[in-house]
Amino acid sequence: MTTHAISETAALTGRTLRHVTRSPDTVITTAVTPVAIMLLFVYVLGGAISTGSDSYVGYLLPGILLITIASGVSYTAYRLFMDVSTGVFERFRSMPIPRSGVLWAHVTTSVTANLVSLALVVGVALLMGFRSPASPLAWLGVVTILVLFTLALTWLAVIAGLSASSVEGASAFSYPLIFLPFISSAFVPTETMPTPVRVFAEHQPVTVVVDAVRGLLDGHAVASDVWGAVAWCVGILVVGWVLAARVYRRSFR
Amino acid sequence: MSAAVIDVHGLEKAYGDAPVLRGVDLTVPRGSITALLGSNGAGKTTLVRILATLLRADAGSASVAGFDVATQPAQVRGAISLTGQFAAVDEILSGRENLVLVARLRHVPDPGAVADELLERFSLTEAGGKRVATYSGGMRRRLDIAMSLVGDPPVIFLDEPTTGLDPQGRAEVWRAVGELARQGTTVLLTTQYLEEAEQLADQVAILHEGRVVVNGTIAELKRLLPPARVEYVEKQPTLEEVFLAVVGPVRATAPAGEPAPEATP
Repeated sequence: MTTHAISETAALTGRTLRHVTRSPDTVITTAVTPVAIMLLFVYVLGGAISTGSDSYVGYLLPGILLITIASGVSYTAYRLFMDVSTGVFERFRSMPIPRSGVLWAHVTTSVTANLVSLALVVGVALLMGFRSPASPLAWLGVVTILVLFTLALTWLAVIAGLSASSVEGASAFSYPLIFLPFISSAFVPTETMPTPVRVFAEHQPVTVVVDAVRGLLDGHAVASDVWGAVAWCVGILVVGWVLAARVYRRSFR
Repeated sequence: MSAAVIDVHGLEKAYGDAPVLRGVDLTVPRGSITALLGSNGAGKTTLVRILATLLRADAGSASVAGFDVATQPAQVRGAISLTGQFAAVDEILSGRENLVLVARLRHVPDPGAVADELLERFSLTEAGGKRVATYSGGMRRRLDIAMSLVGDPPVIFLDEPTTGLDPQGRAEVWRAVGELARQGTTVLLTTQYLEEAEQLADQVAILHEGRVVVNGTIAELKRLLPPARVEYVEKQPTLEEVFLAVVGPVRATAPAGEPAPEATP
């Protein structure tokens, strides 16, 4: 029974992955905007920004990676919305397979596609002079946090994909998520911000996740930052998952 | 043999304050092709969605292949296949990939061979490797029906199988449905075209204002009206016959059951 469920979800994941490999532009465009922001900040604005760190690329990269994930999950919402609106979703729901299988296929695909986009962005950062003294264990920590962050945003994307009434609506949900890193410690230290903005910036999840990833890449990881980042990601993941399940039950009975 | 495969009693469903089904009773005998006729908005699709376990009824009972749709939905899904208006094919995959996917999901041994056999049966072998996005409407519906046959489910729902198709596409789909009848599958098809029901179905149910007002064989339904009178009418070709004569017959799409024109001695 469970082995069946796994092989069915694998078959469905193969299908959604093929949607990605047949339109590789979705993986590339996911990486293009963050790379453009990175170039803009490093080569245009970066000279005037004082962060107290040696390399601005290294300072900036964690935030850029989160922007990459935020723009990547909008394609997940888009693909899910297309499955629902074309009726492919209904076909799978009328078959003798676990009903969550299609959703898990989309979630697995989202993580895979985002990891490829993230690798592209890190590759550009390396070309721009980014170097990290991080140990393999620290890199493992970075990847774990990024995967958790992707999973958390992906379940939010599932909510958008299931409940949207238009293609635009399905993918527009990620705009605020893309914007959130700008009001955080991702680009500039929070100390120079006016008090209300600073209070928001210092207590929103992006700052916690950025600080944790930056610490791990610097080789000066702060345990409380790392656990704080994990807690935020898991928290959003659980809330997103519960809400997505509720939306799913409400829309498809 | 003649036991009902689909058995519906007093089924009710309302969307908000608007009742769609107001007590539907319907029986579909095993191995029959039953046409569910009704105008747009009569509730045909709602009824099919309830029978396919995609929607829950407000009241009444329904069973498919001996399983209750409300309490045994998993077993019902194991016995049915839904195709047509609201169950689509994947446009980004090729026709063959669509069939292989369904075969893998239904745990059919040797999915590739099953896919190739169905492509051949529905005259899609040549198009099998191409993306479905490039298919014509008729090819798409044929693939859709072929996907429903994977794993030989005993009951197939065809929701408006020819809506939006041109005359050739419709002829192709009709032939494909004829194939199903030959292998003994029970088919419940919804349609708003009376001609389609007469061509394909041996049983007809008419859904009107939320109830099945007539349910029986076409011969039985015809007996409900006064006996036929003899009239002399000049037989004109129908516009469809003219259209098909001008644009030529449907391309080599004869199903495997019939000999191809060239094969006749």
